[in-house]
Amino acid sequence: MKNPVLEIKDLRTSFNIKGDYYAAVDGVSITVHENEVVAIVGESGCGKSALALSVMGLHDRKSTKLDGQVNFNGQNLLTLTRSRLDKVRGKDIGMIFQDPMTALNPLAIIGRQIEEPMDYHMKLSASEKKKRTLELLRRVGIKNEQRVYEQYPHELSGGMRQRVVIAIALACDPVLLLADEPTTALDVTIQAQIMDLMKELQNQMKTGIILITHDLGVVAEMADRVVVMYAGEVVEIADVKDLFENPLHPYTRSLLNSIPSNMEGKEKLHVIDGIVPSIQNLDRKGCRFAPRIAWIPEEDHEEIPEMHEAAPNHFVRCSCYKTFYFPEDRVGEREYVATNS
Amino acid sequence: MSLLTVNDLKVHYPIRGGFFRKVVDHVRAVDGISFELQPGETYGLVGESGCGKTTSGRALIGLNKVTSGEMLFEGKDLAKMSRAERRNYTKDIQMIFQDPYSSLNGRKNVLNIIAEPLRNFERLSPKEELLRVQELVARVGLSPESIYKYPHQFSGGQRQRIGIARALALNPKLIIADEPVSALDVSVQAQVLNFMQEIQEEFNLTYLFISHDLGIIQHMCDRIGIMYRGRFVEEGTASDIYNNPQHVYTKRLIAAIPEMNPEKRFEKMHLRQAINQEYQTEYNNYFDKDGRMFDLKRVSDTHSVAML
Repeated sequence: MKNPVLEIKDLRTSFNIKGDYYAAVDGVSITVHENEVVAIVGESGCGKSALALSVMGLHDRKSTKLDGQVNFNGQNLLTLTRSRLDKVRGKDIGMIFQDPMTALNPLAIIGRQIEEPMDYHMKLSASEKKKRTLELLRRVGIKNEQRVYEQYPHELSGGMRQRVVIAIALACDPVLLLADEPTTALDVTIQAQIMDLMKELQNQMKTGIILITHDLGVVAEMADRVVVMYAGEVVEIADVKDLFENPLHPYTRSLLNSIPSNMEGKEKLHVIDGIVPSIQNLDRKGCRFAPRIAWIPEEDHEEIPEMHEAAPNHFVRCSCYKTFYFPEDRVGEREYVATNS
Repeated sequence: MSLLTVNDLKVHYPIRGGFFRKVVDHVRAVDGISFELQPGETYGLVGESGCGKTTSGRALIGLNKVTSGEMLFEGKDLAKMSRAERRNYTKDIQMIFQDPYSSLNGRKNVLNIIAEPLRNFERLSPKEELLRVQELVARVGLSPESIYKYPHQFSGGQRQRIGIARALALNPKLIIADEPVSALDVSVQAQVLNFMQEIQEEFNLTYLFISHDLGIIQHMCDRIGIMYRGRFVEEGTASDIYNNPQHVYTKRLIAAIPEMNPEKRFEKMHLRQAINQEYQTEYNNYFDKDGRMFDLKRVSDTHSVAML
């Protein structure tokens, strides 16, 4: 078994809304091993970004309450003071942000921005820093690195900027990368390039990666293990192959059925009934997905849904996955029965 | 007869500079595209950001000035019409916008949003108007009392359906849908796409579907035009484009669709590398010395490619 790099244990992130705290991340436990890409998928509002912000300590400290543990290198990141935390993030944990335009400083040249984390975390001379920066730029696939070093973000295309953001995250040889929707703001062909680049770098550097995304295509291309989140909770954890071949939780299955996949033609897509509950209106008792699959009888859900190991290393929450079916699959059958009787 | 015929449409924006801010050059946002829409079909316009797909859509509906070319709607050239003449046709062409958060006026309630096109074009009594709006709201699957609510009280998918109800208000023949689901979550996307297919059958609508998402385009469209730098690189039926892509740019776009089978991900990565190689070596077969695409050439009855 590989060594765990990051262990998130029963993390609960609550936001203060008009005096009351509501949990956006509600008891999430995830382990990331070295050289492993763990994807966290879910739709907007499921808590995946709140999770990333809590791990990095980037949440608003005044209005957010954190419980649980985030163990990294033998210390709980949640209890560290800001200055101690600053020694970890940017060095051992790198972060790749969604939008490369807002993640970069428009007033500083690219070289300066890549060298900045080195100033904090490494003792290097100016020439060593420059040498390292140029090498990083080459490594993220930028060919004219001397020129890019002197350029400002607005002079680069979106794909180039995202490469620079990746170079910054890699600047101090992190053991863990946190990538929050790294390809969402990019064009399809650029997205493909960045995905391939990240796979290649991951192969070389053997870092653990937490990949946060809403795009199941990106998950299928990049992840080793997948964590599916719904309404603040983990509903399914599985190896990427198992998840796509044999998805168990009704939410995972519904999501996969609602993507227009190739070769299908003009068939109807699956629509998940109802809407994602907001964290204030969320019913925190019982199976949180139950209101959106109302045709499944109440007794098929657990009162307090637990994670079950349905297959080796394949975990799923609540028992409703056992009897779940799509109503549209049964329509034909019922008609058949009706005409025969 | 085709519903809409676009002939050599160009939209150029001037670049000004120098003394007296003279026009020194043009940005050729749309640089000579031609296509036809048959009644009842869905035509997909695909490309990456900056390829001119949105500019083309906006030119068709009159939001952009056309530099040259023809846009024949039922045989009449929209490009040559004055604003007043054009008004007779704006009823028949409606648009669904990308972002349901910014395309609905937050200070108006749903009744006023959906009734606005009716007020512009039809003289209805308040009672008739209310009835029409109620019909439309019911058709897009919102509850009757929602007509007195405001946009912020709805979810993204519901808002997009309000936008669709507004587009349907005047019984249009052609709907231009500019990235109608890009701002939505996958499950909500499915809802809106299904719904668009339903109303297409019901009202016999023709769609010009603009998107960068090749998965959605394949799901929705009968025929597809691929755009790059303001020109068409390839045009054909969905199966021509997806099963038999000819232009290297089309191949590159299709190879960029994420592979949904995790076991084939490295295969896909190698395919992409091979296509990038081809792009480098065969560049001269696809682009002339100014980097401009060649004109489309027919390779079969339905399929054309911009090649030497």
